[in-house]
Amino acid sequence: MAEDVNHLLQMVNITKRFPGVTALDSVNLAVREGEIHAICGENGAGKSTLMKVLSGVYPAGSYEGEIVYRGEVQRFGNIAASENAGIVIIHQELALVPELSITENIFLGHELNRLGVIDWDEARRRTAELLQQVDLNEDPDTPVKYLGVGKQQLVEIAKALEKDVQLLILDEPTAALNERDSQHLLRLITGLRDRGVTSIMISHKLGEIEQIADTITIIRDGKTIETLAVDGTIDEDRIIRGMVGRTLGNRFPDRSSRVGEVFFEVRDWTVQHPLDPSRLVAKNAAFTVRRGEIVGFAGLMGAGRTELAMSVFGNQYGTRMSGEAFIDGRPVKLRNVKQAISAGLAYVSEDRKSLGLNLLDPIKRAIVSAKLSRISTGGVIDELQETRHAEEYRRDLRIKAADVEVGVDTLSGGNQQKVVLAKWMFSEPELLILDEPTRGIDVGAKAEIYQIMRRLAESGKGIVLISSELPELIGMADRIYTIFEGEITAELDAADVDQETLMRHMAPTKKGSAA
Amino acid sequence: MTGDTAARPQKRGFALSDVWLIFGRRGSLKQLGILGALVVIIAIFQIWTGGTTLAPGNVINIVQAYSFILLLSVGMVMVIIAGHIDLSVGSVAAFVAIVVATAMRDWELPWWGGVLLGIALGAAIGAFQGFWVAYIGVPAFIVTLAGMLIWRGAQQYVGQAQTVAVPAEFRQALYGFMPEVGPPTPYNNLTLLLGALVVAAIVFFQWRSRAKRKKLNAILEPLWVTLTRTGILCAVVIYATLLFGSGRVGTSFPISGIILAVLIIFYAFLTSRTTLGRHIYAVGGNRRAAELSGVHARRTDFFVMMNMSTLAGVAGMLWAARAGAAGPGDGTGWELDAIAGVFIGGAAVAGGIGTVFGSVIGGLVMAVLNNGLQLVGITTDRMQIIKGLVLLVAVGIDVLNKQQGRFSFIGIMLGRLRATRAQQEVEEISPGSQRPDPPGKSGPG
Repeated sequence: MAEDVNHLLQMVNITKRFPGVTALDSVNLAVREGEIHAICGENGAGKSTLMKVLSGVYPAGSYEGEIVYRGEVQRFGNIAASENAGIVIIHQELALVPELSITENIFLGHELNRLGVIDWDEARRRTAELLQQVDLNEDPDTPVKYLGVGKQQLVEIAKALEKDVQLLILDEPTAALNERDSQHLLRLITGLRDRGVTSIMISHKLGEIEQIADTITIIRDGKTIETLAVDGTIDEDRIIRGMVGRTLGNRFPDRSSRVGEVFFEVRDWTVQHPLDPSRLVAKNAAFTVRRGEIVGFAGLMGAGRTELAMSVFGNQYGTRMSGEAFIDGRPVKLRNVKQAISAGLAYVSEDRKSLGLNLLDPIKRAIVSAKLSRISTGGVIDELQETRHAEEYRRDLRIKAADVEVGVDTLSGGNQQKVVLAKWMFSEPELLILDEPTRGIDVGAKAEIYQIMRRLAESGKGIVLISSELPELIGMADRIYTIFEGEITAELDAADVDQETLMRHMAPTKKGSAA
Repeated sequence: MTGDTAARPQKRGFALSDVWLIFGRRGSLKQLGILGALVVIIAIFQIWTGGTTLAPGNVINIVQAYSFILLLSVGMVMVIIAGHIDLSVGSVAAFVAIVVATAMRDWELPWWGGVLLGIALGAAIGAFQGFWVAYIGVPAFIVTLAGMLIWRGAQQYVGQAQTVAVPAEFRQALYGFMPEVGPPTPYNNLTLLLGALVVAAIVFFQWRSRAKRKKLNAILEPLWVTLTRTGILCAVVIYATLLFGSGRVGTSFPISGIILAVLIIFYAFLTSRTTLGRHIYAVGGNRRAAELSGVHARRTDFFVMMNMSTLAGVAGMLWAARAGAAGPGDGTGWELDAIAGVFIGGAAVAGGIGTVFGSVIGGLVMAVLNNGLQLVGITTDRMQIIKGLVLLVAVGIDVLNKQQGRFSFIGIMLGRLRATRAQQEVEEISPGSQRPDPPGKSGPG
């Protein structure tokens, strides 16, 4: 980088380690004053971690490297410190208090006051000004809960402006917005740039990045890959190549060739969002699973993969409007989890701590919890059988614990995930839906989980693999469905698909003309 | 993997850490702390009262006077494990008692008819409250706060704020003693028989559990551990038998004590050994995870609420039998004693943790405190202060220990022992693993 460029922010050789994982490995980022700088990378590449380092969520001292901001080395100890310096981060999950009004939210934490008495008139006046700046036509007294996500996003930006923001960080700002709101937001960000506010934007939507970014930094596997100036020669393909350009090692076990007949089929599955009936999280979804087959579900965050899976698994998400499921050609009712389990379905949640496990349980109780009937007669549990079965799985899946009396809360992420897998294997399913089964676990445990999946498939079970890691999908799946905004956009043979093709079907753009 | 893990412990020689196996598995260690506290409290009062505390007459009195609180603790712990609370138990008990007393007086129901009516009424009230909690989704705190008012009011309406006496047969059936039969001995013979049966049952179940493990080739604890445990349990039962049997002539182990013991054993079994019990823990520990495992969380909520009110009804009848009448002041403040017993017994406010056994011990702590302080002549005002402080300190210690990730002071020492042992076992297992990757940083913390 040339020295004469006026850099607002330089992050130099940032390294951040978590127990067992290096999330960021000597990452460099240079942001010029008054530009929109996009950061691209796959889920888990380290984008959010980098922003948390910058904003002080991970305080100085917990990472290596230097943050140079306005020519000075900064050591932010918390978010308040970075905000004082004019750096404001707007997270994907908005941080507004729904019951409070727009004004109250904007001034929350630094209320305009005289001797502790809040000056509401002044606060309201300033809010009205800010709302005008972000082009939001709402009464400052409106409770935030009555605003849609798009408008809430604007309130967040107004809040940032009130803090006299110099560097605005937006984490997936348009992920939850529709096309119109997205365009509004993008125009606003461009407008802010023209007024001198520098922005860092994390986004999966490459079309948007192409549209408004001046510079793009690509991060992959916790490393900076390249920094590109957007000058007309950069297109989506170029960005995707940078994001996914890794060679696939033989991290994945060999595919089996013994894929059998279709035994599970879903037709015309439509699901309403639980809070917003006008939003469909699944639209006429249809898919099939063969015996011995691993079927991948690819999609961006919020595309509806988890929602579809949980809806199939006994209506555990939203309201089902239509849809039929068939096992071996016979229709099955999947009205609640119990029916789904007895029909032979198992769902391994992406969120093992809050949805997969009771963290108070010892290993053995967790393993048998989805099918107590296997170890009980007349409702009375045979504890010896429980221990024996649990021991079997502990050894079989190499769960690292002294015995099955150990509490699951003391296990590492990889071992907890194995316990959850054991729990659902114990339920003797025919179809296992694995939702992000390797998220947040180390490479060694990942490889073991791939082995287990392959073994299950070889024993004739059908597996649905939902994953945000495209190499994992391509490496493990036999067939891949791509999902975008609740719709299945393509069905692809994993043997001859590359990540770029997948990406295009996962985020179809106007010119992408996908499916 | 190395050979059969199951076979190993049999060959292990004497190890200090095995001593703790006498008192059961890991989960029960927490109750050991509270059991120790109970023993200490009894010992203190035994000395303070100059031996009156453990005199046969007083022990019989404790069982009779506080059996209803212990009964409520048993129901309450299940409600609390499931993540709820029941504030209405005192009012429900009083309402059931007055209805049963009035029915026996006005309709001339036999005593067993009264008991059946009481159980049915308690269950109906519980179903009503359970419906609001489980299917409407009103928090149990609110539902039972409402219930506390509703049933208290209903009690006064039915009884017209008067005391209604219960028939003598009803008193004898629920509150009396076992008769004197057989050859004259210094003891109550039926109490001796009961004690003998319990000892036989203990020996039988210990032996059977061992035999079954042997047959299935499961992990077998060292023989001396089984023998010592059996010995200690039998000694306690024999001591208690002689104690209860040696009261003045005409007294024995009280019938209310028998009812209580049967219910405690039943519910201890229900919570620890049945699928329903598992569901209660699962719903309280992580409701969403339980639902995603196929547990009908609402049904579980409904059951615990209904069960609690049923037991409250039984407690109300026991109380009326003891007092000889059902009156307007019955059951006042019972919910607090029951809840205090449950929390002293190690249950967690957030749900998911607690045992029937622990709650009975916690309830006994409250009972012995009440009784002992009365014996030494401490008045109600100071008694309440002391009980409040005991609850605060007991739960405070529990919370502090949990923040450190340990259960109790004893648990801290045990934890060290166990961690060492666990480490050894992990090291034994690992070399056999065929995978080249390092053991990693997992395993027990």
